[in-house]
Amino acid sequence: MHEMSIAVAVVEQVEAAAREHGMPGVARVRLHVGELAGVVPQALDFCFELACAGTLVEGAVLEAESVAARARCRACAVEWAVGMPPDLGCPSCGGGSVELLSGRELQILDVEWAGLPDVRAGQEG
Amino acid sequence: MCRTVDLRQAVLARNDGSARELRAALAARGTVAVNLLSSPGSGKTALLEAELGLARRRGVPVAALTADLATENDALRLARSGAPVKQVLTDGLCHLEAVMLAGHLTGWLPDDTRLLFVENVGNLVCPASYDLGESLRVVLASVTEGEDKPLKYPTAFGLANLVLVTKADLAAAAEFDEAAFLANVARVNPGVEVVLTSARTGQGAGVLLERALAVLDGAEPHRPVMAAAQDHGHGHGLHHHEPVVVRDGS
Ligand SMILES: [Zn+2]
Repeated sequence: MHEMSIAVAVVEQVEAAAREHGMPGVARVRLHVGELAGVVPQALDFCFELACAGTLVEGAVLEAESVAARARCRACAVEWAVGMPPDLGCPSCGGGSVELLSGRELQILDVEWAGLPDVRAGQEG
Repeated sequence: MCRTVDLRQAVLARNDGSARELRAALAARGTVAVNLLSSPGSGKTALLEAELGLARRRGVPVAALTADLATENDALRLARSGAPVKQVLTDGLCHLEAVMLAGHLTGWLPDDTRLLFVENVGNLVCPASYDLGESLRVVLASVTEGEDKPLKYPTAFGLANLVLVTKADLAAAAEFDEAAFLANVARVNPGVEVVLTSARTGQGAGVLLERALAVLDGAEPHRPVMAAAQDHGHGHGLHHHEPVVVRDGS
């Protein structure tokens, strides 16, 4: 289950960002997960909670937003939702010269900090 | 109160960065890495055994690194070819990552190695997400696994530069529908080459070696639609937000 490795990578990156910004905690982490990223959202949720334990990210909510896979044909410019399982051959001309526009994302979008009762008290951690 | 920061970074940025570094380091010393993905029992080791034997007979310096959750059986089999072989036990981890591979190569991979075959952990889900710094990614499926395998594991098949069907000698007994399999592969990876092989009869023997040698000579491997999108998405995210790079404390 590689979701554990992915969850650990997310937590490491968010924790590094929290330290860099001098933030004591994290309330929410937003991810973009493409349909073709090969990640099971439920497994990622489960692993995220485990990976957070004992870190600055502990207690944070993971919001994984699914991104639909879309492709465009270079020959006839048709665009389509490739679906799952994906169909990456052009539905219009049958051509194979195709560009995937979205669907492979596995990206941290943004982070909402927590544990800042007020801005001046933030430095006591 | 609460504030939000826009990070926009690829989750696998660190692995992808390590993979790029490893690919460059291997290229600088004239080595091409081949990443082999398949389910357990698809005949990866038998095929690799054949390719290593052929390479040795042709005088091509090859090496193989084989990863398993446990046991050293595969390495023992492959070592009979006479090529340098290393067994990596992942202790339960379901895939290899670029940093792990780089670590295992240090102090082991002979300087004159031209082709490095990496037999990934038998699993079509997890290894698909990890670039190992390879120049050729090969996905194998045996005729006994069903024609819908490419649709069930679209990321693995969709990112392959080459697809090998193994155990072709059993195709009739397994009622393998070749046309359906080819159509399913084409659906997730248009234009990828699919080759039928059999370690038993020798059908397609050496295809893997030929393709790997071609890449070594500078041939461009087939570029999957899915791979292009990955480079695009990750590349942009990284270039615009390079400052938030994560460094491991170790
Ligand atoms: Zn078209």
